[in-house]
Amino acid sequence: MCLSIPARVDRIDGHMAVCTVGESSYEASLEMLDMSEIQVGDYVLIHTGFALQKLDEEEALETLKTFEEFRNLNKDLDIEEQQHNTRIT
Amino acid sequence: MKHIDEYRDKELVRLFAEEIKKIASRPVKIMEVCGGHTMSIQKFGLPYLLPENVELISGPGCPVCVTSRKYIDQAVAYSRLPDVIITTYGDLLRVPGSTSSLDQEKALGADIRIVYSVLDALLIAKSNRRKKIVFLGIGFETTAPGSAAAIIKAAMAGLRNFFVFSAHKVMPPAMEALIDEGVMIDGYLGPGHVSTITGEKIYYPIPEKYGLGVVISGFEPVDVMQSVLMLVQQIENKTPKVEIQYTRVVKPEGNLKAQQMMEEVFEFRDDWWRGLGVLKNSGLKIREQYARHDAEQMIEVEVEETIEPKGCICGEILKGIKKPKDCKLFGTVCTPTDPVGACMVSNEGSCAAYYMYNR
Repeated sequence: MCLSIPARVDRIDGHMAVCTVGESSYEASLEMLDMSEIQVGDYVLIHTGFALQKLDEEEALETLKTFEEFRNLNKDLDIEEQQHNTRIT
Repeated sequence: MKHIDEYRDKELVRLFAEEIKKIASRPVKIMEVCGGHTMSIQKFGLPYLLPENVELISGPGCPVCVTSRKYIDQAVAYSRLPDVIITTYGDLLRVPGSTSSLDQEKALGADIRIVYSVLDALLIAKSNRRKKIVFLGIGFETTAPGSAAAIIKAAMAGLRNFFVFSAHKVMPPAMEALIDEGVMIDGYLGPGHVSTITGEKIYYPIPEKYGLGVVISGFEPVDVMQSVLMLVQQIENKTPKVEIQYTRVVKPEGNLKAQQMMEEVFEFRDDWWRGLGVLKNSGLKIREQYARHDAEQMIEVEVEETIEPKGCICGEILKGIKKPKDCKLFGTVCTPTDPVGACMVSNEGSCAAYYMYNR
């Protein structure tokens, strides 16, 4: 019931936005958001015809950066483990 | 697709699983209280990637599953009235009532229409002024603001033939009730989209009163694995708190505009949950000011006596005490095409998710 995926805003017409998810397009009401903050190209979370939140690009990048650091740290540990032939925990 | 593919990276999922294994020193049970998480966890086979001492259990997070049979029976009764059109999300159609279901009533000729949004129900009300349009308002804090918005619109537009039959519920009382009942868990995977609306503050009592952590999680496999890691870290360090993993969507304060709409239209009432019974202030009732759009107050109907199905352990499954496979009916008498209990109907119900991905 609470499932929702990010959709790209393609057009804004008054309170309504036309958004795309993959190849499909949906209409969504923007009335639950601060409309002045929504622009074409933004991603929003649509649920049962309403955009519930704007995706925060900065936070998304921050999360992806954390993932990258985590991945690199693991690579470094792998190399270290191989060099010393021990398991680091 | 942007904002999805990045969070389905196989390698990252594996790395998180390894990290969890490294730090989890004792057995822990983590409960997910959102049906969307249950679906995702089963779909991506996450339990098989976690170490044996980290167990994920499903909670009461599927709205269709926790809704009473009496609600279905009353919806069926409304659908039998000649001047009523029922509008509903698709999930409810096949949920068995005591002697019928909306699906069966539709086959018998009742005017029951599946809508994608409550806004579509408003349009149906506009073009069918002589009929009473009853929208079946089901769901937690994610869907309740939509129903509230529709009621406000109907009131403003003078659409006197639009009614909501509310079974809306709020999540925190159920999360507290489970712990009070003695269900043994070590932390909660917080519902991502409920929290998009409510923000994090509704969960503060859980670490404060019960010493358990809540990590508000996204729905992709990397999101879930990172959230599990965050919870295991909290458990190991004995620092239970509310944290947000799903920061790209969930703001600490939530969506204030949606909260205001809910507050404007609904007030709390005690409500019945399958498996948990009556929980104080866990349901949403339409306020007196909007009573004109409340189906319960405006449309009189006789409802048959409730008959609960025999052998169905849906209630215990919703509490995380039993798993679908513990039920004698699972996969034999009870299947998605011919469900006995609600947990097998909704595709986010535990039984349906297990049937589809983990049989």
